[in-house]
Amino acid sequence: MREEVIVRVGAKVLAPFIITFALYVHFHGDYSPGGGFQAGVILGAAFALLALVYGLDEVQRVLPPWFVQACAAMGVVIYAGVGVATMLLGHNYLGYNALAPDPSHAEHGQHYGILLVELGVLVTVFGVMVSVFYLFAGRGRKAQ
Amino acid sequence: MSQHLPILQVVVPLLAAPLCIFVRNGRAAWGLAVLASWVSLGIALALLGQVGTGGVISYAIGDWMPPIGIEYRVDIVNAWVLVIVATIGALVSPYALVSVEREIDARRIPLFYSAYLLCICGLLGIAITGDVFNVFVFLEISSLSAYALIALGRDRRALTSAFRYLVMGSVGATFIVIGIGLLYSMTGSLNMADLAQLLPGVWESRTVRVAYGFLAVGFCLKLALFPLHLWLPNAYTYAPSPVTAFMASTATKVAVYMLLRFFLTVFGWHFSFEQMELDRVLLPLALVAIVSMSLVAIFQVNVKRLLAYSSVAQIGYMVLGLSFATVTGLTATLLHLFNHALMKGALFMAMGCVMYRIGSVQIGAMAGLGRRMPVTMAAFVVGGLSLVGVPLTVGFVSKWYLILGALERGWWPVAVLILLTSLMALVYVWRVVEVAYFREYQGEGDAREAPWMLLWPTWALVALNLYFGIDAGRTAGIARQAAEVLMAGIGQ
Repeated sequence: MREEVIVRVGAKVLAPFIITFALYVHFHGDYSPGGGFQAGVILGAAFALLALVYGLDEVQRVLPPWFVQACAAMGVVIYAGVGVATMLLGHNYLGYNALAPDPSHAEHGQHYGILLVELGVLVTVFGVMVSVFYLFAGRGRKAQ
Repeated sequence: MSQHLPILQVVVPLLAAPLCIFVRNGRAAWGLAVLASWVSLGIALALLGQVGTGGVISYAIGDWMPPIGIEYRVDIVNAWVLVIVATIGALVSPYALVSVEREIDARRIPLFYSAYLLCICGLLGIAITGDVFNVFVFLEISSLSAYALIALGRDRRALTSAFRYLVMGSVGATFIVIGIGLLYSMTGSLNMADLAQLLPGVWESRTVRVAYGFLAVGFCLKLALFPLHLWLPNAYTYAPSPVTAFMASTATKVAVYMLLRFFLTVFGWHFSFEQMELDRVLLPLALVAIVSMSLVAIFQVNVKRLLAYSSVAQIGYMVLGLSFATVTGLTATLLHLFNHALMKGALFMAMGCVMYRIGSVQIGAMAGLGRRMPVTMAAFVVGGLSLVGVPLTVGFVSKWYLILGALERGWWPVAVLILLTSLMALVYVWRVVEVAYFREYQGEGDAREAPWMLLWPTWALVALNLYFGIDAGRTAGIARQAAEVLMAGIGQ
């Protein structure tokens, strides 16, 4: 598909919008359908699209396999880390109220807590989705 | 910090698992795994100490009070299973170092420890949670990491056996989640204690009975009860040695725990045994498992496979204890959970030592090893005696309580059968011993004693086999206490 101008330009134009939409789905996840999982899949899809059009090597220059693998692990650290943070702040594990900047409105902490935890989900899902895509797309190549 | 122990039990291995991937170095990942697994053991022992006096610890995740939020609820039964899993986890992780360096591709070693810690995390999670959906989540964490661990085996057949386990395990997990979904649709609750209160009101509905059926099949698949055991022998045979030692001593035990927890705590003794007549289903299956699998084990030529079939037979003993539907029978089950973990752990670890030195665990290849690797084979002999049920080993204590349970019900033929199958265990253990001690070594050269990094965890388990075989008072006391808690159900 390297020769198809329309496809190449189309993918290039669409990719930033797909990435922005992923962030929208994430940050709006507590008011509308969506959340970290969906956002992670959409974010991964942006890179899958680029890989389909420009080739796997081009995308792996931007997003090397070790990096996506680290992403997959990073998300778990973010998620579990939020829980540990709330514990250190004197609440139970994942007791989001601990995260509220103003203790008189402790329930605001729920908002920040869920966003952070879902950020962890986003990072892990993105990492896993892209890893799976790399594995399938890279099949039959010589091991690097 | 001590009020956070229930959640730390799960979070410590969960956080250590991704860190293993960041360090990208086999030895450093190993260090993390050892640290996390020993901290887990410390927490599990502390929890057992806290609930040992009969108390119950409840921990509300996210400050959401149960039954709305997820509750971690530790009583003596949970704490007992946590200690089993954490003990084996803590002994297998130091053992893994040399064994894994020999059996697994260097690039994959950090991933191995990551999956190993996730598997520990999942199993501990199942054992600690008081929320039925949470059980399913942790079941998937432990199962998925187990499939990956098994597939890392050096033999290419490891891949197909991991895939087979994946198919069977997923069917089991799906059945369990269907059962949980049906319960939720009838009661609107996922909290175990809450379900136990709500279920008697809807006992008569067909939905609850169907849920019971789905759960029963799902659990029996996971714990490898006789006709549903087909995934187990290959998975244990071709997995890397430390994985086999860990899985054989923990995964099926936790599945037995799930069965007990759901059927005795959530549904209650009355519903399980009087309305659903669970014992009538379990008793014949358990007996067939014990006899047929012991028989199959006798004819195996691969020792890991032999021990795997023996595991299916031993699971039969655990289920047999449950099917007595008495406190003594249940004590035998709970005791055998621990005791079988000790003996199979020791036996599979000894086989890992053999694998390390001679690269094979075929009976034929083990000729003369009794003199070449005396320390390893001595561990195998003691573990084997424990499996048979010789006095002064834990195996004897388990069999004692099982026979006691059978006699209490007046089931003489069952008691005789237990004794006869012990003799069958003697036959398959003897086959290995005979080859190892009474034949000349035939392989070439390098069959020295295994390195001490493999030997000390093996012998630690052997020592536990002997210690708790001689001083069975403490373990039997905890098992009895746990059996009484399970029989009484929640809230009484």
